[in-house]
Amino acid sequence: MSGSDDVWKVNRERDGERETFESNFPKRGPFLEALAPVAGFGVSLRNFFRPTVTEQYPKVKNPTMPRYHGRHQLNRHPDGLEKCIGCELCAWACPADAIYVEADSNTPDHQVSPGERYGRVYQINYLRCIFCGLCIEACPTRALTMTNEYELAGPTREGLIYEKQDLLAPMGKNMLAAPHPMVPGTTDGSYYRQEVTGAVDEQVEWVREHRPEDPTLPENRTAEEAARG
Amino acid sequence: MTATADKPATAVVDTVTLTIDGTEVTVPKGTLIIRAAEQVGIEIPRFCDHPALKPAGACRQCLVDVASPGPDGNLRAFPKPQASCTMTVTEGMVVNTQHTSEEADRAQKGVMELLLVNHPLDCPVCDKGGECPLQNQAMSHGRPETRFVDVKRVFEKPLPLSSEILLDRERCVLCQRCTRFSKEIAGDAFIDLQNRGAQQQIGTFDEDVLDFDGYRPVGAATVDEAGKAFSSYYSGNTVQICPVGALTSAAYRFRSRPFDLVSSPSISEHDSSGSAIRIDHRRGQVLRRLADNDPVVNEDWISDKDRFAFAWQNLSDRITRPLVRKDGELVEVSWPEALAAAAAGIKAATASDDEGSARGAAVLTGGRVTLEDAYAYQKLARVVLGTNDVDSRARSTSDEEQAFLGSQVAGTGLGVTFGELEKAPTVLLVGFEAEDEGGVVFLRLRKSLGRQQVLTVAPYLSRGAEKLGATLVPAVPGREASALAELPADVREALSQPGAVIVLGERAAEAPGTFVAANEIVAATGARLAWIPRRAGERGAVEAGALPGLLPGGRTATLKGAREAVAKAWGVESLPTAKGRDTNAIIEEAAEGGIGALIVGGVSASDLAGDVATALGRTGFVVSLEVRRSEIAEAADVVLPVAPPSEKSGTFINWEGRLRAFATAIRTDAMSDHRVLDLLAREWGVELGTATVEAVNAELAALGAASSTERPAAPKARAAGKARTKKGTAVLGTWHQLVDEGALQDGEPYLAGTGRVAVARMSQATADAVGAGAAVSVSTESGTIELPVVVTAMVDGVVWVPTKSPGSWVARDLRATAGAIVTVKGAA
Ligand code: SF4
Ligand code: SF4
Ligand code: SF4
Ligand code: FES
Repeated sequence: MSGSDDVWKVNRERDGERETFESNFPKRGPFLEALAPVAGFGVSLRNFFRPTVTEQYPKVKNPTMPRYHGRHQLNRHPDGLEKCIGCELCAWACPADAIYVEADSNTPDHQVSPGERYGRVYQINYLRCIFCGLCIEACPTRALTMTNEYELAGPTREGLIYEKQDLLAPMGKNMLAAPHPMVPGTTDGSYYRQEVTGAVDEQVEWVREHRPEDPTLPENRTAEEAARG
Repeated sequence: MTATADKPATAVVDTVTLTIDGTEVTVPKGTLIIRAAEQVGIEIPRFCDHPALKPAGACRQCLVDVASPGPDGNLRAFPKPQASCTMTVTEGMVVNTQHTSEEADRAQKGVMELLLVNHPLDCPVCDKGGECPLQNQAMSHGRPETRFVDVKRVFEKPLPLSSEILLDRERCVLCQRCTRFSKEIAGDAFIDLQNRGAQQQIGTFDEDVLDFDGYRPVGAATVDEAGKAFSSYYSGNTVQICPVGALTSAAYRFRSRPFDLVSSPSISEHDSSGSAIRIDHRRGQVLRRLADNDPVVNEDWISDKDRFAFAWQNLSDRITRPLVRKDGELVEVSWPEALAAAAAGIKAATASDDEGSARGAAVLTGGRVTLEDAYAYQKLARVVLGTNDVDSRARSTSDEEQAFLGSQVAGTGLGVTFGELEKAPTVLLVGFEAEDEGGVVFLRLRKSLGRQQVLTVAPYLSRGAEKLGATLVPAVPGREASALAELPADVREALSQPGAVIVLGERAAEAPGTFVAANEIVAATGARLAWIPRRAGERGAVEAGALPGLLPGGRTATLKGAREAVAKAWGVESLPTAKGRDTNAIIEEAAEGGIGALIVGGVSASDLAGDVATALGRTGFVVSLEVRRSEIAEAADVVLPVAPPSEKSGTFINWEGRLRAFATAIRTDAMSDHRVLDLLAREWGVELGTATVEAVNAELAALGAASSTERPAAPKARAAGKARTKKGTAVLGTWHQLVDEGALQDGEPYLAGTGRVAVARMSQATADAVGAGAAVSVSTESGTIELPVVVTAMVDGVVWVPTKSPGSWVARDLRATAGAIVTVKGAA
């Protein structure tokens, strides 16, 4: 007999002397005890007489609760520079290992976010994400937030790995697509303190010079877009 | 020589017994409290303390409560907490760390709070985030909330100390590890502490740049404390030891986070020291390399080349599939097709022509491949191609060197070690520049500064030699043998001290008679010899027999007995008897159309003084085993891709003779040279037996080292006569600078920026004689190099230029080696 058999023997003996289970619930009377086997049908019966609430999805899409954890969004500063600095804290926090980030240096010709660093590669794998929102809590710049969008299904694996361009917030009013220089005289600190409220003329000039076709330039915005803001 | 040579002799050491946090511990006298605490598993927070640096007590993070017995024997407590990293233990001392003393804990928390007052806490954009001692210790020993509400001190950032090393002054905790490393270990003037109080920062002292002595980095750099542009070959170590993210490297800046990285221990492929490194990679791409601690080899340090030069293997010209030339173009084909084409091509090119005469095949392998690869190359040459024309030395060679390597290096096991080199009372360097050609060898020698006499046989005292406090034994390049023969009596005497070492570099092969002269000195003084080549694979190739006259284990290929022993072990009838030719002779022969087929692996054409282009053009069939589309690969008929060091396993043998085996860091389907050669040999129906590292090592072990009767005779050669320079000519002196334009440093512009600007050096008399102005042109029949002149105290009649630095590619442009007579003219 080997050592492990000994262990099993001891365990079996212990199992043998297990205490019998006793419920904490108050004891029911004999009548209820007799009805107990069919009590569960009560729920079904009750619902026979209630209005039907079939969700008409996808024909009708009901709004979610306001703080529902849906698809992520990478936000922008009011002048259009990206908030993400590529710090990878979201990737670090993620319990499902769904986020992949590669950072890079901003340069004067290619300023994507305020300061020195920006996220060059940003991917969220929605086949892994469990929508826990820990990444949102980790983000030091409020770059990453969650939208209420919940329609995250698709026919391919690749399609469910969202790239940076799929996650970036749409351009708002007064925003100018990155890359472009920071507002003159500001630091990354000014951006975090929300002292920058929109793109200024110098930035518009710079984009005009480097990317005259850019659709976010005032002259290239369609009337409809401008109205939408 | 036994394997225990590095262990210090067990002597009786005085010990001291003290109590730390209630635990009694006995340690050798002179131990620091912080080290004694480590021995009983008590961690005291620290920033400035580093086991390899002298104590500084700069950061005050390691404060502990100390009490020691006074003269009356009663325990007396120090009035204030003491820095445990500067105080040595005494008998009966009682130490209470933050774990047992509230006072110490409060003191540490206070220091941490002060350190964080001006720290930007920009961890999200800091490269150290995730592996930062400040982050970790702030979490374990700091306050959870900050009380500081004022504006923090800011500096412009980053300050580029050199093109590679960046300094963010606001993150600095003024621990001075960096400045201490630079002064104590590397000997390079760094920038130093300046200003006081809150404005104290690592910066430069004087603004005025002193005289330019020719040592300036290629890229932009901050001026060091001496007022010169900061330039060091070891600066990457400061990034690794900086306990915060104040020093970062441009190459790794914003690249990654520690949790992304997979770390694999490895061995550096850059020099013959075999430094232990750690390769950090992500998704199959190397992102950085760090020094690994190996007490018997590189200790805690590596050179910048070991650290930063890794981009070459993943450049866009990497070859991933075999290439075969079809209609003049190299096209991608499958492995079976390429192997068949290679074998068929070689067979056809070496077949007898109508008159029955055949051109032979030859194998060239640069000194960069592993022991296993070198073994496979030479076995293929001897067993399949039937030739002794195999050489691993893509540099100057001589028969004298080969005799020396065969009789005194191959199969001798561990010779002089790093530790013995450090302890040697006298070291004579011959044809060897410790800093430029030795990497960490230089740091080991410098460790003994003041305790060791270093002599260098060279045309001038280089800055590296100066930092070793070396004495110059002046020698005209190529005539080192005469300098050795005329060595002054006091030097000979110094070399007779027990433990003295003579270091022979690979350039000893450029000076006829050097090995003979060195052996004579050894016979007279009893000094020991160490051969330190530059490249990582040189020693391994010698052991593997990848030299024309050497079979594995140091057996000479010209002795029947030795050949028979190897033939028997390999299970072949006989081995080729014809005398093999070395690299330069093979290239020469090929340029004349005398070689039928060439197999080349890991050779840069620009390292060879011969006419490689013509040689390749006139060779019947060229097979190249390459990682990248090199010049030779472009000219080859079949190119077989092989794995770079990080994608394969193998063994380098460092100059000590120590086996430095490394495992695969990144798994890809790239194959090692030895495996590719094994497949190639099958095309002849030969089982080479080199498919795996294990198979090769088993064969090598079975062969063992040569017996004394199988070895070549000791080197014999006559020293070169006096150099005859005419007016307007000079003797060429040259060596590789550590950071230069070598093929393994491609694709790393930040590192290249720390390399030194190429200059031509000559004495005032020589400069006057050739009429040198601010610049000179150095020329031979083959070409010209034009460089700025730096007048240096050196041997007259000699001009020195770097071998492969920007604007100075000696082998390619001058087709000359050290000791050649070159024309020197003043240039505009
Ligand atoms: S929501 Fe949770 S699981 Fe999804 S990416 Fe964020 S951290 Fe990961
Ligand atoms: S989204 Fe936020 S946490 Fe993630 S990398 Fe960007 S800045 Fe960092
Ligand atoms: S730069 Fe780093 S290593 Fe140098 S003093 Fe500052 S914190 Fe210390
Ligand atoms: S570690 Fe002791 S003072 Fe810095």
